[in-house]
Amino acid sequence: MSPPLLVTEDDGQGNASIVATASSQSLDSVSPNEARLKEHNYLGLSDCSSVDSSTVPSLSNEKKNLNLKATELRLGLPGSQSPERDPDLFSLRSTKLDEKPLFPLLPTKDGICSLSQKTVVSGSKRGFADTMDPEFPGNAGINIMLSPKPSGAQLTTVKEIPSKVLQERPSAANGTGHNHTGASISGSAAPASKAQVVGWPPIRSFRKNSLATTSKNNDEVDGKPGPAALFVKVSMDGAPYLRKVDLRNYTTYQELSSSLEKMFSCFTLGQCGSHAASGREMLSESKLKDLLHGSEYVLTYEDKDGDWMLVGDVPWDMFIDTCKRLKIVKGSDAIGLAPRAVEKSKSRS
Amino acid sequence: MMNYFPDEVIEHIFDYVASHRDRNVLSLVCKSWYRIERWTRQRVFIGNCYSITPERLIRRFPGLKSLTLKGKPHFADFSLVPYDWGGFVYPWIEALAKSRVGLEELRLKRMVVSDESLELLSRSFTHFKSLVLVSCEGFTTDGLAAIAANCRFLRELDLQENEVEDHKGQWLSCFPDSCTSLVSLNFACLKGEVSLGALERLVARSPNLKSLKLNRSVPLDALQRIMMRAPQLADLGIGSFDHDPESEAYIKLKNTILKCRSLTSLSGFLEVPPHCSLAAIYPICPNLTSLNLSYAAGIQGSELIKLVRHCVKLQRLWIMDCIGDEGLGVVAMTCKYLQELRVFPSAPYGNPAAVTEKGLVAISMGCPKLHSLLYFCHQMTNAALITVAKNCPNFIRFRLCILDALKPDADTMQPLDEGFGAIVQSCRQLRRLSLSGRLTDQVFLYIGMYAEQLEMLSIAFAGESDKGMLYVLNGCKKLRKLEIRDCPFGNMALLTDVGKYETMRSLWMSSCEVTVGACKSLAKKMPMLNVEIFNENEQEDCSLEDGQRVEKMYLYRTLAGKRKDAPEYVWTL
Repeated sequence: MSPPLLVTEDDGQGNASIVATASSQSLDSVSPNEARLKEHNYLGLSDCSSVDSSTVPSLSNEKKNLNLKATELRLGLPGSQSPERDPDLFSLRSTKLDEKPLFPLLPTKDGICSLSQKTVVSGSKRGFADTMDPEFPGNAGINIMLSPKPSGAQLTTVKEIPSKVLQERPSAANGTGHNHTGASISGSAAPASKAQVVGWPPIRSFRKNSLATTSKNNDEVDGKPGPAALFVKVSMDGAPYLRKVDLRNYTTYQELSSSLEKMFSCFTLGQCGSHAASGREMLSESKLKDLLHGSEYVLTYEDKDGDWMLVGDVPWDMFIDTCKRLKIVKGSDAIGLAPRAVEKSKSRS
Repeated sequence: MMNYFPDEVIEHIFDYVASHRDRNVLSLVCKSWYRIERWTRQRVFIGNCYSITPERLIRRFPGLKSLTLKGKPHFADFSLVPYDWGGFVYPWIEALAKSRVGLEELRLKRMVVSDESLELLSRSFTHFKSLVLVSCEGFTTDGLAAIAANCRFLRELDLQENEVEDHKGQWLSCFPDSCTSLVSLNFACLKGEVSLGALERLVARSPNLKSLKLNRSVPLDALQRIMMRAPQLADLGIGSFDHDPESEAYIKLKNTILKCRSLTSLSGFLEVPPHCSLAAIYPICPNLTSLNLSYAAGIQGSELIKLVRHCVKLQRLWIMDCIGDEGLGVVAMTCKYLQELRVFPSAPYGNPAAVTEKGLVAISMGCPKLHSLLYFCHQMTNAALITVAKNCPNFIRFRLCILDALKPDADTMQPLDEGFGAIVQSCRQLRRLSLSGRLTDQVFLYIGMYAEQLEMLSIAFAGESDKGMLYVLNGCKKLRKLEIRDCPFGNMALLTDVGKYETMRSLWMSSCEVTVGACKSLAKKMPMLNVEIFNENEQEDCSLEDGQRVEKMYLYRTLAGKRKDAPEYVWTL
């Protein structure tokens, strides 16, 4: 009865699991916000709350069609974004173009992957695509040959420019003489990759380089390339199936607990089936709100050492680092954990 | 009547005339005014460092105290000018030093500044007070150390967007204990670390410090200590804002911020934690007149929106496009005094859900005082531009960059001629204009007809024929700088009115249709122009054939003749 959770990766550390889409079933119970955010996380992007794309409602339909594609472990080639495209789906659609997955799935510390992630059109966090990592000569392999889109007289001058297309280089020190220009500037509706032209858009090199550095720094600080999703399984006693949450969506325990409340409310309200059958008491809504505050249910997590711990003791960042999976246990089962800790989790609200 | 006034009286009157242009006009009235003016001139602005030799400048203005120099052409910002093209400041400093000019202020833009230049500068002028470097390169922190160590009365060290090599020295520690005169210190563009102790001590002994912009290496706790020592700060650039929201340092900072009531200008946030909240600065937002978050790449649009709601007095806003159209709507509702807006792209081709024409229209409706705009968006419409033109007739600078360079009106698929036409027709004071999107010759007809005050025009991927460029050259009487790239303008446009170029500072044309022969012909007719073409081909022995298309051409009027420091690929015809 498990819904097709399109999880393609789940290593023990709860590292970047790449979930292409939320499962269609869980869509109903998950807030639209989360569904949207999961889309983003496939690309390893920070949750772009600013991306209130009006195309989101249409996602639910397209999601089903693209489920299969979505599970393919692909990353869009650098520069393969078209601004008109919904950023979530684009990387999925880009698989239709002739691309090979050039990069390993899980980003590693080397230049390439942070590179490819950075090139993705993104929300606020991303700076410029530092697509040609200067320390990484091997990047020449990711050049794309693009066919010029003929769009009238303006492009006649372009023909004489050498046709090798390189991604935009962040020029160190104001123009190092690399005058590679794009083969074309595609028309507005081009689904194909955009050629990148030297000096366009007209942004100061210093600004471009600086933003590229910021992206890089942020990546390194996280310890993972990019603020990749941190999906962990959440199980609840008596629930017929597990859920997954991205810990990066939250910054406090309160947020996490509210979200879990919402997520698991369906199992305690109105779904008589298995609960009634097993004879368990049904939680009323108010009781449900006590999920973390009170005695009925307690949130625990399994840490890196394999021990089950009470959620809420350590600072949030440390928690994220060590949490492998979450479990909502009945209060009575949690007696083994320090009662004071339960009080603490109460006061966390 | 003026003939009977002694010189001292006229000098005194001239003291009140500050602007360069007015001064230039004064000097043309008569010989004695020319004489008096040149002896009393203290501030000189040279828009093109190759237009005159330093020696000649000094001969005319021996009383020079403040010099502003600009070097490379504007398109150098976008990597279109090859490396080592020129713009070296050393000859200027050398000449000024030799002539014992009492230089106090030097402001440079897009110039190559070596450490030797900075060292010479620091040792040659005892009353040197102010160094401002914008978009320069060629120096390291060693040069800064020399400035710090030797300029005893330094008031201002302002480094904006320079490429500075970090030599891991302790340049900031080189400010002697006796240096207490600092008013403005901006090292936000430096990449390396500075001695935090030295920085704090420097701030502590600078009671006149009004403007301080830190780089990303300065952590939050140091920021807090610095702000404690400088409650009089009016202009603050925060380096790193990275913090643990529950840390003591952050709580301390929040309290310290409450005390900084004189802050009117805020910038920086070069490093921010994930999901950064800006709540700590809400208390000072109502006082801010200037806010620059264009380098704060980590801050989410929603956070920006929350922040802007508090900024009721804002006059200048530089922000990233992740604020979105919705965010710009909030700006329009909140910032009624807004005069200058810059919206920068947060990703190379923009975030598709970032700003569009809607945001700009909202701004135009809410901010009637807006006069300067730099707007990167990924689409625009004629209707929007027409509305903006109607709402904001006061534009002085209007720079629109549609990231897809050839994109037409997003609704009608028409060129954007009518939209820009409306702008120039409505904004009669327009001095600077940058175009983008799909444009035909028609837009240039409008510009030539209506843009009477236009001084600088930037064109890319626009036009259909020589007529376009001719409309502009014929119509815009006050045109000073024209820069064109990737347009189908050719020899006819270039050569029809060669006298025009002597009335302008410079003309840049790259990836257009002009040929070597035409440039040669132009150079021959106009000896007061330097016509430079850049030949960046690898071939050693290429002789330029007349029929060959010119990839890059830069011409400028000059009194200095052909320059001697041009690199090999620059051919001055």
